[in-house]
Amino acid sequence: MKFEPVLLRRLGQPNSQALDGYRGDGGYRALTKALHEMTPAQVVDVVKDSGLRGRGGAGFPCGLKWTFLPKDHPGPIYLCVNADESEPCTFNNRILLEEDPHQVLEGIILASYATRASTAYIYVRYEYGRSTRMMQQAIDEAYANNLLGRNILGKDFHLDVYIHRGAGAYICGEETGLIESLEGKRAWPRIKPPFPAVEGAFRKPTVVNNIETLACVTHIVDRGSAWFKSVGVPPDPSNPRDAGSYGPKLYCISGHVNKPCCVELPMGVTVRELLEQHGGGVWKGRKAKGCIPGGISMGVMTEKEFDTRLDFNGPGKVGCLGLGTAAVTVFDETTSIVDVLYNCCRFFAHESCGQCTPCREGTGWMLKMVDRMRHGQGRIEDLKILQEIGNSIGIIPGTTICGLADGAAWPVKNIVSKFRAELEDYLKSGRKSEKRALMAAH
Amino acid sequence: MSVLNENLVQRIQGYLPRYPNKQAVTLPALHVVQDELRGVPLEAIREIADLLELSPAEVNDTMTFYGFFRTENNPLGRTRLWVCRSLACMLRGGEELLQKVSDKLGIKPGETTADGKITLEFAECLGGCEGAPCVLVNDEQRMNVTEEKLDTLLDELRR
Repeated sequence: MKFEPVLLRRLGQPNSQALDGYRGDGGYRALTKALHEMTPAQVVDVVKDSGLRGRGGAGFPCGLKWTFLPKDHPGPIYLCVNADESEPCTFNNRILLEEDPHQVLEGIILASYATRASTAYIYVRYEYGRSTRMMQQAIDEAYANNLLGRNILGKDFHLDVYIHRGAGAYICGEETGLIESLEGKRAWPRIKPPFPAVEGAFRKPTVVNNIETLACVTHIVDRGSAWFKSVGVPPDPSNPRDAGSYGPKLYCISGHVNKPCCVELPMGVTVRELLEQHGGGVWKGRKAKGCIPGGISMGVMTEKEFDTRLDFNGPGKVGCLGLGTAAVTVFDETTSIVDVLYNCCRFFAHESCGQCTPCREGTGWMLKMVDRMRHGQGRIEDLKILQEIGNSIGIIPGTTICGLADGAAWPVKNIVSKFRAELEDYLKSGRKSEKRALMAAH
Repeated sequence: MSVLNENLVQRIQGYLPRYPNKQAVTLPALHVVQDELRGVPLEAIREIADLLELSPAEVNDTMTFYGFFRTENNPLGRTRLWVCRSLACMLRGGEELLQKVSDKLGIKPGETTADGKITLEFAECLGGCEGAPCVLVNDEQRMNVTEEKLDTLLDELRR
């Protein structure tokens, strides 16, 4: 049976961003149903029942996150919508915001109703100018049509939604970094606990949800949790801790493929299916050498690992950090793995926020070592040092406040262990990288 | 003489009702000022601080964290052109594109052309990976930037 897209179903329609068209396609039906027939607790329950797990990278169960809010809090409660999509090779949130903002906004209103939030801030990365303008237009339309503001749809429910633009810092995608940035400070992630649900934005209970997660909420309320569970992968019976990988997922595919795109599929597609059936295969008739499976933070897969399922469990089975953003970037057989390694290290050294010494220094030194390799000056023992640094920075070894360092370590650890032969050969040959890398003037 | 004219002050104050405290207006205020003045002069930091009842040091702390805001010594040109250098673009010629733009404009990333029209920057992933290599013109993406498209774009920005 061919899978019918749900989140992307309105893509390509003329003026897909407008309220009229969205309503014509059944939009705001879920909100009307929720406000007239359901209590906030019932909305939480249906989302909890659906098994929806956060699409931003960590995969935390969405409904469960909502239940961590204190009961009977006098308020205000805030919803922070994470649209700081900055993970390299990821662009699914941008497509949702640019093409179907009302679908996301409906999810935001539903989540606010469920969590009793009175204000929602959509933190959009600065680079997403078109997303910002499309979403602002949707917000304006919603205010003009009693979908936002006071007494929404005639009910005793009030909500304000504001866009807050970022300023080009990757760390703002970390939920407490986002909150600090929203508050007008440097985006240094907070030590948890307290978690945002207890003490978040402006020291009040706060839920932080990703754009794609909220778009899913719209359809879960509309179609029911059973529908959501009929899509994707049920929990692995041999793993009692597996919460399953239900629902549709937006997969991005980019890099050395014939048709880079964002495609919606049931959770659990393999890298190979994604590459062959949706990405048009490897470009120029070449073979793949490997890929990054979920944004560069999740590490690297070799071509032999392409039959791995992209659900919440699959990437971990081949030593990757997790599903991440499910953004696959393929590199072909002619790509030097040193160039891939350098690119990953450069990103994290640039984006480390500098708060925790192991991350700030670790990412910096890893970059220096890999840069030395690129210039033909690497040593075999550098591989061991890279592994050592990779194993000692992050929340997994317990040396940093947030997961940025784990993401920085993972591609390094994966490349050193999975492409060791190529790296050793490169180091012994004393070759230099053919790629140029232009530095800033200052 | 204040650096922020009445219009800028009003636009900044327009953000105040959105947040429960004034400090949260720091980023919006910095954006408003930089959009208009092509940078944030020291005096503007002081005036933003006054408006938000903060110390200038607090505004400066936030501003300098992001690396996005320029001071009066190094203001932006009319257009800020970002070229992506992250993995998806790198694999499809992003680094070469950055080199080409740099050669054609005769400036390095971070610099502004002598006529003040274009500031060149490298960017980490712009989220336009399906159209790699991609660039950002102020805050609008341009995708699949071939050499030909680049020439057209630079002509447009020089006009």
